[in-house]
Formats: sequence, structure tokens, C-alpha cells
Amino acid sequence: MHFSSFFYNLKQGIKNIQRNKMFSFVSMATMAACIFLFSIFFSIIVNFRSIVKQAESGVAVTVFFDADLSDEEITLLGEKIKTRPEVSKIKYVTAEEAWAEYEKEYYGDAASTLGEGFKNDNPLADSANYEVYLSDVSKQTSLVEYVESLDGVRQVNKSDVVANTLSSFNLLLGYVSGAVIIILLGVAVFLISNTVTTGISVRKEEIAIMKLIGASDSFVRAPFIVEGVIIGLIGAAIPLVIFYFLYNKVIEYIVSRFSILNDILSFMSVGSVYSILVPVALVLGVGIGFFGSIFAVRRHLDV
Amino acid sequence: MIILENVSKSYGNTGVPAIKNMNLHIKRGEFVFIVGPSGSGKSTLIKLLLKELDPTEGNITINNLNIRRIKKRHVPKFRRQIGVVFQDFRLLEDRNVYENIAFAQKVIETPNRIIKRQVPTMLSMVGLAEKYKSFPNQLSGGEQQRVALARALVNNPKILLADEPTGNLDPKNSWEIMKLLEEANQRGTTVVVVTHNKEIVDAMKKRVITMKKGEIISDEYQGGY
Repeated sequence: MHFSSFFYNLKQGIKNIQRNKMFSFVSMATMAACIFLFSIFFSIIVNFRSIVKQAESGVAVTVFFDADLSDEEITLLGEKIKTRPEVSKIKYVTAEEAWAEYEKEYYGDAASTLGEGFKNDNPLADSANYEVYLSDVSKQTSLVEYVESLDGVRQVNKSDVVANTLSSFNLLLGYVSGAVIIILLGVAVFLISNTVTTGISVRKEEIAIMKLIGASDSFVRAPFIVEGVIIGLIGAAIPLVIFYFLYNKVIEYIVSRFSILNDILSFMSVGSVYSILVPVALVLGVGIGFFGSIFAVRRHLDV
Repeated sequence: MIILENVSKSYGNTGVPAIKNMNLHIKRGEFVFIVGPSGSGKSTLIKLLLKELDPTEGNITINNLNIRRIKKRHVPKFRRQIGVVFQDFRLLEDRNVYENIAFAQKVIETPNRIIKRQVPTMLSMVGLAEKYKSFPNQLSGGEQQRVALARALVNNPKILLADEPTGNLDPKNSWEIMKLLEEANQRGTTVVVVTHNKEIVDAMKKRVITMKKGEIISDEYQGGY
């Protein structure tokens, strides 16, 4: 296609939108609603994933050793565990550290007085352990099975409930969002397709003349594809602008309303969310516009 | 230039042929009138030549190209050799005279600099240089047909098909259009005109093909209606 033809088709695509103002507006509005909902779900998912990730990093498997294990054997055991792909971090906790932690947790400020009797007799003498942190909490079971199979391991403590709940909720959220987004996108494609179909019927005479004069198929089709793409692009850009301003306000509201959960809920910044959301939403908008118009052109424009 | 061999065309399942076993040869640079009563198959013939329709039987060769065998994607390129004018002008109402003519060049992706050079030349040729900004609804029927003719000729087609070009015009304008068609013919374009206008056909003394019920019943050089 020539450079001048590109601008000609762009102009004709914009003209099509102007000619079908009402249909174009409805399509853009629907597209905007879809992309807005998509942005909401996307933000929920990425924030939830971030929170889960953070929670996962706090879920540790504790590995206790046989009492007669030498320091070298403990180090070797640690090396073996560290090589596993699902392990993000491993920390060695001595018996003294374990007791100090226990004291702090259960005796609080009175630890120095209440724990005085155990000063030279550590009740957790055999409790030196590795705290193993996971990169993916759903792989906890396989890691535990592996660690339990190692020689010198006496006991492995794990938290099945936290791990399972987090990974199942994450999965469920992914499925629900996916389903809702697919339905919305389907509606958007349908509406854009209808708008382009209206454009085709309005320009029937012009198309007939173009065909008789010898316009190529792509030249006849191009303005309608441009129309769909522009509707998709504008429909995607509008909610992105609106959502940009809403995002921080919603986060501020949640943080102030549920301050009790502040330790658990740590939200991503609008910049981090938008660094992925903007290209994804724009590509989605353009893609929906493109395919919506392709469907209409294929069905109603016999060139 | 245009050769029809045993061409028949039937519509739908009726089986009634609009064109019956037609054989025709039009040479390069000829000026041909096609006449006949309504329903004689004249418009079907034009549609076959434009490849708007395909024959049910037989072959049509235009410029040594069997158009029945042209692939769909090559049809636009084939049509660029043919200019076409209709009785109802078929101008784009939302574009002015200049844009209507330029449109024919735009759709075949002619560069803008050539369009800017050729459209004014065509406008002068059809006598509408001063009305280049007017819209179709601001023009008379004769002027509209001249715009349609300019649009048909701007791409220098080898063949010009005119389907009842004077059907909606008064005698004065009809003669002006015919004069322009003849000038195009003198420049080398093969012109095929479907018409009911007896006065013009009789006066111009060109080749006249008379059709009736889908068949050629007479073919005369320097003939009459």
C-alpha cells in the first residue's frame, strides 16, 4: 500500500466513525466498559499475586535433624535442599536462636526473668533446624516429600493450610477473572463487528463503485479495519485514563478502611501496575477492534 | 479486443437465459452501440464484460485475457483497463467534483502528484474546470454525467462501457456526452454504448448491434436503430 493510500484509508476510517456516530459511540463505550473491568480484574490479580508472593515468602518449612548429625553433615544437607528449584531461601537456626525466638514469642518483655531458669539448660537443645522458604507455595508438598527422604532428617514441619489456601484462591481468582474477561471481550468483538457492518451498509454504493473502478480487496477493506482499530484504541485508552486516577483513591480507601490488615495487604504502585496494564489493554483494544472489523468485513463485504 | 464465444447467461434456477449463445467480436478502437428493447440482455452483457457476472457457458476474452478464468484476486487489476459510465451517474454525493474524479485514481493507489496533475486535465476536457468544488447535487444531469465520464476516463482505460449514458439527459446534454465519448474513441479508447436513443444512434453512423431476447439479431457497420 502506498504512503498516500495509508493516509487516505485512515481518513476514510475516521469518516466512517463520524458517519455512524451513535454506533461508534456505543461500541467505544462498550469497549471502554470491557477494558475498565479488565483493568479492575487485572489490578486485583496482580495485587493479589503480589500479596500471595509476599505471604509465600513468609511460609517456611522447618527441617529438624537427627541428634547425632555432625556440622559437616548438616551443612551438606542444607546444600542439597538449597539446590531445589522451589526453594527461594534457606536459613540455619541454631538451638540457641530457636530458644531465644521461643522466649521472645511466649514470654514477651518478661523473657529475661521467666527464662532465667533455662539459662544453662536449653529445652530446645535438639532443635537446631533449617527454615526453608519457598518461591512457589504450591510446591510445598513435593519439597517436604524430598526433604523427608533425605538421610539425617528427623522431622519436617509444614503449614499445609496456608499453602493450600493461598494457591487455591490464587487459581480460583485466575479462572473467574479469565471467564469474565473472555465474556466481555466476546461482547466487545460482537458490537464492533455490528458497527462496522452498519458502516459497510451505509457505504454500499461507494464500495460498489470502488469495486467497478478496480480497487483492490485490501483497499476496499482497509477503511473498515481502520474504523474498528480506532474504536478499539479509543475504547481502551479512555478507561486507562480514568482508572489511573481511581486506582490510588481505591487503594487509599482500602488501606484506611481495613487498617487492621495493613501488615498483610501491601499494594503495588499505580506505576508498576500500569507498566503492564497499558500495553496489554491497548493491544487488547486494538486486537478486538481489528478482529471485530475483520469478522464484519468477511461476512458482509464480498470484494 | 473483446471476443465473446458461445456465451450464455442464465439467472438463478429459472433456466431462462438472459444471453443466448452469443458470439461477438469488437476490435480495438471501435465505437459500438448496443441497442434493443428492455429485457433483451444489454445490461447483462455489460455486467459480463465487467466481470460483475460470469457466463453460464462460453468464454469472454478481453485484451487476450479469458476473463472467465481470472482468479478473484486479479479481478481489480482487470477492471482497471475498463472505464464505466451508468445512466444514474453513480457519483459520491458527499464529495465534490474534483474528489469524485480523484476517487477513481485513489482507489487504484495512484500517487497524489499524478492525481493533482491529471484531474484538472480531465476537468478541462469535460468542460467542468470551474465547477471542481461543486457537489453532485449542485450540478445538472448533464454536468453530473460529464463528471462520471471524467471519472471513467481519468485512468486512461482501454475500453469504455457506457450503460444508457444519456437515459436521464435532455437532447442537448445527450449530444454533449456523445461528443465526449466520440473524442475518447478518437484518442484510441474502444467504446461500447448501450442506449435506447434512436436519434443519436441513427445520426452517429457507428457499428450498431441489435439484441432481442438475449440474442444478436443484427450487427451493422454505419448502422441505425
